[in-house]
Amino acid sequence: MTSLPATTERRLGLVIDLDICVGCHACAVNCKEWNTGGHSAPLTDRDPYGAEPTGVWFNRIHSFEVESDEPGLRGRTVHFPKSCLHCEDAPCVTVCPTGASYKREDDGIVLVNGDWCIGCKLCSWACPYGAREYDADEGVMKKCTLCVDKIYNENLPVESRVPACVSTCPAGARHFGDLGDPASGVSKLVAARGGYDLMPEQGCKPTNKYLPPRRREDKDLHDANGAPAALAPEAGDIDSAVLRWVDRLLSR
Amino acid sequence: MHPAFSVIFFTTASGAGYGLLVWLGVFGAIGLLPPDRWFGVAAFGLAFALVTAGLLSSTFHLGHPERAWRALTQWKTSWLSREGVAAVLTYIPTGLFAIGWIFLERNDGIFAALGLAGAVLCLITVWCTAMIYASLKSIQRWSNGLVPPVYLALGAATGSLLLALLAQLFGHQSFHLYAVSLVTVTLAAVLKLAYWRAIGKSRSESTAASATGLGKPGLVRLLEAPHTESNYLMQEMGYRLARKHAERLRIVAVIALFAIPLILLPAAALAGTSILTAFLLVLAVASAAIGLVVERWLFFAEAKHTVTLYYGEESA
Repeated sequence: MTSLPATTERRLGLVIDLDICVGCHACAVNCKEWNTGGHSAPLTDRDPYGAEPTGVWFNRIHSFEVESDEPGLRGRTVHFPKSCLHCEDAPCVTVCPTGASYKREDDGIVLVNGDWCIGCKLCSWACPYGAREYDADEGVMKKCTLCVDKIYNENLPVESRVPACVSTCPAGARHFGDLGDPASGVSKLVAARGGYDLMPEQGCKPTNKYLPPRRREDKDLHDANGAPAALAPEAGDIDSAVLRWVDRLLSR
Repeated sequence: MHPAFSVIFFTTASGAGYGLLVWLGVFGAIGLLPPDRWFGVAAFGLAFALVTAGLLSSTFHLGHPERAWRALTQWKTSWLSREGVAAVLTYIPTGLFAIGWIFLERNDGIFAALGLAGAVLCLITVWCTAMIYASLKSIQRWSNGLVPPVYLALGAATGSLLLALLAQLFGHQSFHLYAVSLVTVTLAAVLKLAYWRAIGKSRSESTAASATGLGKPGLVRLLEAPHTESNYLMQEMGYRLARKHAERLRIVAVIALFAIPLILLPAAALAGTSILTAFLLVLAVASAAIGLVVERWLFFAEAKHTVTLYYGEESA
């Protein structure tokens, strides 16, 4: 049934640290690699070696430029990975006419049953975040599964039982856990760093959280002449009396 | 939103077909249209052809048309499912009403009741179609209380124009049919203009700033898209329409869908010969059909989805 569960036992999701993400796209690549053999396999491509290749991806990295007058926030570039947010009030589930879309009661993961999906695409219209991906070759909708076939996979070592995007991130910008448990590592991280929802005004109550970039130390990086301040000689640094004399002579 | 031909054809054709069934039910039930067999064949034939062709076209654009029956199961939450159920149910009373009209040449008594019940179900089906769009919060220009009334009024208006033409061709023309056409076309025009005014004034709460949670509105810009090439989201949701084209197309829609029929209807009523009247009504129907397709194309092309905020748009 495409009715949403009133509550879910756990709320599994991701916490993405925008302060750390370097925009390398490794999470998107490993996501594609895992999932093209996983629950929603294959993630097909169209015209892959042609002039206009497109394909099914569950994870994409956008890069934004953010202007601000506030100290510590001036002129930032923020790399912004985005995948399904596994919303509590997932509109993609309730609009589904067939029951193919569902949200799991035990862990809150939103999935598509590819054997029931009729490919009407309405769920992709309902999702404000663009998390749904239509597979034109198979004629069904696909989406991030939170690597449901990896996180519970007992054939994998325990440390590998996290989504592919999390295990591959070389910078440690992605965290996985139960956001419904206030004592979990991810919940503590969200509380400590002020983790936030994307588009809260859409009322979807997303599970995934984003950690904002930290403020930088604002230093004036240039001297009065516009030269890089780091290279300016500092008189106090010169220990030798002879060199101080040479410095004075040359500075005349 | 990408204006797909199948959806434009489905919503306009089925809307007009249901509108025609509504007026056949109402006018038949209150005794203002005689149960003339060949008129019935033509009118019900056209109405069911429009409705069925529309429903089939909406099915053929599915990734898996053979599974379409599954869409009838989730009526508890899904407007698309409700529409499917309502469309199937509507065939029952309207089909029996048509059988009575054509084979028994009766539209009184139990058949009148079937006609009225069918009319109500037709309106419910069109309402459900509109709610598929109006219930999507991600598309601010659709998530608008005027969308369902506009769909209903346009279905009623185009259906009444078809009925006026058919009644003329079969010699059952009456003042009431002209009056209903004039009123419904005017009502549809008022509602559509109010809708355009409403979407011109209101803005989505969602911006690139709220979509990313970074900075203030207007100060968050996309620097690099995820890929160099397009993707499904951009193709389906990222349709862009230049403002000046939208304005011109709105004028085309207003003239063809509302202004020309509103001039031709009284002209047809006052025309001396029945051939001239029929000719003017054919023109009115043709003009409204063109205008309706433009109106529906704009409904999709002007709609902006919040996913575009991740691909360079500042507001949705």
